[in-house]
Amino acid sequence: MWRQAKWNEPLIFELNKSGAARQGFLINKDEEIRSQIKEMKIPKNLLRENEPDLPSLSELEVVRHFVRLSQMNFGVDIGIMPLGSCTMKYNPKIEEKATAITEFHHPLEDEDYIQGILEMIYELQNWFSEITGMDECSLQVPAGSAGEFAGVLMIKKYHEEHNRNYKDTILVADTAHGTNPASAAMAGYKVMYVKSNAEGLVDMDILREIVNDKTAGFMLTNPNTLGLFEENILEISKIIHSTNAVLYYDGANLNGVLGIARPGDMGFDIVHLNLHKTFAVPHGGGGPGAGAICAKGELVNYLPYPMVEKVNGKYKLSKIPKNSIGKIATFYGNVGNLARSFAYILGLGPQGIQMIGKMSTLATNYLIAKLRDVKELELIAPNRHRKHEVVFSVKQLMENYGVSANDVAKALLDNGFYAPTIYFPPIVEEALMIEPTETETKETLDMFAETLKKIVNDAKINPEQVMKSPNNTSIARLDQAYANHPSTITPTYRVLRLRRLGKIDYLK
Amino acid sequence: MNEMKVGRYVVLTDRLYTETDEWVVLSNDNVAVIGITDYAQKKLRDIVGIELPQLQKEVKAGESVGVIESVKAAADIFSPLSGIIVEVNNKLLEHPEIINKDPYGEGWIFKLKASKLSEEKEKLLSPEKYIEKIKGG
Repeated sequence: MWRQAKWNEPLIFELNKSGAARQGFLINKDEEIRSQIKEMKIPKNLLRENEPDLPSLSELEVVRHFVRLSQMNFGVDIGIMPLGSCTMKYNPKIEEKATAITEFHHPLEDEDYIQGILEMIYELQNWFSEITGMDECSLQVPAGSAGEFAGVLMIKKYHEEHNRNYKDTILVADTAHGTNPASAAMAGYKVMYVKSNAEGLVDMDILREIVNDKTAGFMLTNPNTLGLFEENILEISKIIHSTNAVLYYDGANLNGVLGIARPGDMGFDIVHLNLHKTFAVPHGGGGPGAGAICAKGELVNYLPYPMVEKVNGKYKLSKIPKNSIGKIATFYGNVGNLARSFAYILGLGPQGIQMIGKMSTLATNYLIAKLRDVKELELIAPNRHRKHEVVFSVKQLMENYGVSANDVAKALLDNGFYAPTIYFPPIVEEALMIEPTETETKETLDMFAETLKKIVNDAKINPEQVMKSPNNTSIARLDQAYANHPSTITPTYRVLRLRRLGKIDYLK
Repeated sequence: MNEMKVGRYVVLTDRLYTETDEWVVLSNDNVAVIGITDYAQKKLRDIVGIELPQLQKEVKAGESVGVIESVKAAADIFSPLSGIIVEVNNKLLEHPEIINKDPYGEGWIFKLKASKLSEEKEKLLSPEKYIEKIKGG
């Protein structure tokens, strides 16, 4: 049976109960530095009056603290993370080594000293253009989400340059990632949802009906978040372009068609890439992100700057597109992450990249085939093949036994699997959104399918048991209402202290 | 007060409903009290936050006037009628869970002085129609 470590680990500030002064790290007290600082006139309001409030601990205490916490953690190094639409695939460790180039060089150095880094960025710009079927890419954006926002700003400026300010609406599919309407709204657009049809695809009749002069663009993923390929994409492209609107590709689901189909060939004008999903950059907590924003035709003139260009055989971070929207971050993306993506693509080559698209699609459809007989795992358009992910509805379990998608996800945790994405996309009730990715073995997929079958069976025989899970994890079920309620939400240690002192009632 | 049940969802017969799961109680002076239905709160599960409509704002029927956040999702609150927002339930800011406990009473969200009541009233759903809507999915 799978079991996770359970340490009753206090916060690092609460670890040293003796109050004795302990130190694990010797801070340099170089007299020369101190004497220099003394001569500097530092404004009084910037001078620290008290000792900093740091935990007083020996090195060993710190090491044990973090090793214990890591034992209570779950990551792709421990087991499968089928978190749909997040592409939580395993990133080979060699990619970590590639980041070493950033230890000795910084892109702000004189370009003569960093030709290698600039060449790498230049090559990546070209590779991403080739992979997406776009003309040019900018890697200035510090994350995929920032790339998406940049993309919408490009749409806006493009219409402004063409005196089409009356275009005030961005369309998004009702299966879209939440970032699509968020980016559009942040750029000042009205957002209109396009309903999906019974097959889980963009409803063409509705699309024809609502596209008009006011339509600035349509943001779409292909494959969509149900894992289905939008087979009418060329027709969609025609409809959108008939009113001079822009077709935008949300690159979050690229893994399912990587190396097989290119957004540019489908009629998309702008594409953003999430390098943490598709191209071997760590997710979230792994540090600052990296992204790419790519464009085709006239829209390349609006990409964020600077981009790397090759002038007389020398690489320069100097290219400014004619109508550039400007910079999305203060300087430049995150070069260490770009090095990861560079090593990943270089290692795989074109054939390897194609295998990602094929194998991630195969993994999904293999899981579906294994679970086909489980009638409580319902599918929209059950006979259509999926790409990178699949969304099951456990609505029947909820209605007949009171077991929700949330309960099924918790039961999966109990068996050593990370949970799928749940309750998304919102058009599917009690949704379990599963993305196995290309990196899992057949044995792991078999085990996952068997476990899911067993949980569904348990839900029918003994629903209480499923609703009480997880029991084998470090922490059992969290009180979600307590964790989020304005009178109890505690996002930081500072808030915790203020709460203990009774200085906060409600967090707004 | 008469109530009807569809599965585990309660629908009251003394009011009208919308396709987007709001309820409306109309009074003689064209002021409407608006909240979300029992079906909506049960689908959202534990509610942990609310963005209330803006007082004195003129809104159109079907316009998004606020947001409800639950442990499961964030959902728009749509105004069932056109008019001016005349009162909001400030208690919900500190105790959004009231909507879960009493969606049809203490959990009311806002009051609106309706401006096109006679024509828009037709579009609201009767309790029977709303029950059909719930059954339909």
